[in-house]
Amino acid sequence: MSQAKPDKDSQASEAKKAISLPISRVKLIMKSSPDVSSINQDALFLTTKATELFVQHLALTSFNNGSGREANTLDYSDLAKTAEETDTFHFLTDILPKKILAREYLKSLEQMEDEDADF
Amino acid sequence: MAERPEDLNLPNAVITRIIKEALPDGVNVSKEARRAISQAASVFVLYATSCANNFALKAKRKTLNAGDVLAAMEEMEFERFLEPLREALEVYKKDQKGKKEVSEQKRKDKEKKNDSENDKSREDEEEEEQRMEEPEEEADEEEVEN
Repeated sequence: MSQAKPDKDSQASEAKKAISLPISRVKLIMKSSPDVSSINQDALFLTTKATELFVQHLALTSFNNGSGREANTLDYSDLAKTAEETDTFHFLTDILPKKILAREYLKSLEQMEDEDADF
Repeated sequence: MAERPEDLNLPNAVITRIIKEALPDGVNVSKEARRAISQAASVFVLYATSCANNFALKAKRKTLNAGDVLAAMEEMEFERFLEPLREALEVYKKDQKGKKEVSEQKRKDKEKKNDSENDKSREDEEEEEQRMEEPEEEADEEEVEN
């Protein structure tokens, strides 16, 4: 059926009602960027919607590639793995650093010192 | 400008709900993972804003528009978002237009009513309209300042 009833149509759009994140908060984050002067309403809406899509995409990608799939869990390590391994999520590596054991960290520090000593 | 750093966080309850809706039923998402996704979302907003702003600057515009955001998505290699975004924007615009028409219709109806009734209710209506306009004006000022 190509002709949707107007009533049903408006109900569907109401249900999809596009966004659940607060636009005002997204605007605040956008405005915290110093070189942004103003943002029109459509751009604000699109950024908010895109952020929701991003959250879904990040969660699902991390779950599907993660180690907790059998256990039905999503953990920090799955997200860090996604940030490291997936190109589009690479910009997240700074805020999603891979966690390593203190023991391993000390070892890598020692190695770095050894390398410095070579000079 | 944000006054407190926590103003730059997105509400946890909403983020949690979006995550739950994206994943299969019954997946347990750790608290740490939820916090990390929320932070990632804030960073995404900043990254997208910066990309979109570059497009606006290139076009010598001061105001970010829908095209800038869509171009930013492409640049960030989130092409998969383009189609759903375009659809959502269309629905949103329709809704906005619909709302405007409805409120205009209501105003006309009210005016008609007021013409036949006494002037008391008209004053009330005008007051209400002023109150509704105020927040918008504030938002505009804010945009000019920055």
